[in-house]
Amino acid sequence: MSAADVFTVVAVSAGAFFFLAGSVGLLRFPDSLTRLHALTKADNLGLGLVVLGLLPQASGLLGGLKLLGVWVLVQLSSATAAQVIAQALGRRRPPP
Amino acid sequence: MTAATLAGLTGAALVGLGVYGLLVLAHPLRKLLCFNLLGSGVFLMFGILARKGGAAGFAADPVPQALVITGIVVAFSATALAVALLLRLFETSGTVTLNPDEQRPE
Amino acid sequence: MTVIEILDIGLAVLVLGVAAWTIAARELFAAAVGYVAYGLLLSLVWVRLFALDVALTEAAIGSGVTGVLLITAAMRLRGTDPPQASEQLRPMVRVAAATLCIAIAGVLAAGVLMMADPGPTLAPDVARHLGETGLGNPVTAVLMAFRAFDTMLEKVVLILAVIGVWSLAADDAWGSVAGPRPLAHHQGPLTFFAQLLPPVGIVVAVHIAWVGANEPGGAFQGGALLAAMAMIVLMARVVQAPAVDRRWLRVVLVAGPAMFLLIGMIGFAVAAGFLAYPDGIAKPLILFIEAFMVLSIAAVLPLLVIGPPNRPQAGPP
Repeated sequence: MSAADVFTVVAVSAGAFFFLAGSVGLLRFPDSLTRLHALTKADNLGLGLVVLGLLPQASGLLGGLKLLGVWVLVQLSSATAAQVIAQALGRRRPPP
Repeated sequence: MTAATLAGLTGAALVGLGVYGLLVLAHPLRKLLCFNLLGSGVFLMFGILARKGGAAGFAADPVPQALVITGIVVAFSATALAVALLLRLFETSGTVTLNPDEQRPE
Repeated sequence: MTVIEILDIGLAVLVLGVAAWTIAARELFAAAVGYVAYGLLLSLVWVRLFALDVALTEAAIGSGVTGVLLITAAMRLRGTDPPQASEQLRPMVRVAAATLCIAIAGVLAAGVLMMADPGPTLAPDVARHLGETGLGNPVTAVLMAFRAFDTMLEKVVLILAVIGVWSLAADDAWGSVAGPRPLAHHQGPLTFFAQLLPPVGIVVAVHIAWVGANEPGGAFQGGALLAAMAMIVLMARVVQAPAVDRRWLRVVLVAGPAMFLLIGMIGFAVAAGFLAYPDGIAKPLILFIEAFMVLSIAAVLPLLVIGPPNRPQAGPP
């Protein structure tokens, strides 16, 4: 196993751990805003680590750029979705 | 057990779940959801057919794959038409029940 | 048992679990959201079956576009669930239904287990004739050449669905616009997103449609991505949908199947018959038809999602 493979295993495992933590937060946290927090924080870190870990395995420059593109697009859409959900929550019941 | 057989068994179970929901759930939109579950289960069974027909350098037989792609698009158009009918029913009668005795005459 | 087998079993359990949850979910909205998650998981199963084209289609259309349709419908039908007591089934009936469904699933599962391996296949025929089309992706070759008739009629089905949806418009709304009104002042993250994403999405969609000739992808997947971009700008209320009586809209709607039919007819004159392509230029012809199909799909899918025109024309603007 080369150094790149070890890096991949470590980074992707760490990413999977953050996904797990985010999912546990989603299930365990008491209200929508904290659940949203768990989801966005942990998942962004998780996806970042997974993409970082997969980069050495990418087939050439184009493959690596596609992976980074996936990462940027998911960041953008999850950030937007989180904002929109939070706005909807704010509309439904004003903060105490 | 291979991944293909497992996917085929998943498809069989999805068909069962879909038919159950279609029979038991009353809300038309839920029935529609179950109709889609049922459909995707059938597609998965096509998938195992494709996988087991992999030959001549192809991992899976391309013909069933093409049929499934066509099927997914047609299932979507049927779902869209059904949703439009349902929303129109709701707009005109204020209810979505399929039971003719309960629809308020207007 | 290898790690891959454990992951496969985990995926199957997850798919079935989410499917069962969409049936059992108490809220209609939750059930629709569950269906989106289910579709994404299902596309992973398709990846495991080495059917990448199907996986892309399932993720884009089966999960994405259908998901938007169902979630919007669930929002508008809020409060119609749960149904009246008279529609609740007696426990005995439920048990009978469950028994029946277990029997159906059992018979199908037995069929799966008894299936011949290797099974009947058309793959060698496809491989033999793939060179004549000039394409590298066998699924695209089947869709666009070997079973082109199916694909053309399927485009017609999409247009029939649009006609069906439009025909549900109220009399006074006919000729008007469907979907939400555009906002006077654009602001907020959704507007930003809807202005930022489409240029990227259009490039990716064209890329996926173009590489579909040789790699996984194609007109359906590219068209669905373009449709997604259209739906984002509609949902963010940056622009409004075109009125249903616009001529250009109708031309775009029929462009795909019309071009398919036209080139198919030309096949009578210059090739072996209907929908046959002349030797040597099959690939450019197929890509030419696909370009129009992408346009039509990109127009049809959002129109089906936003539904019939719903603004009375006589009312205030």
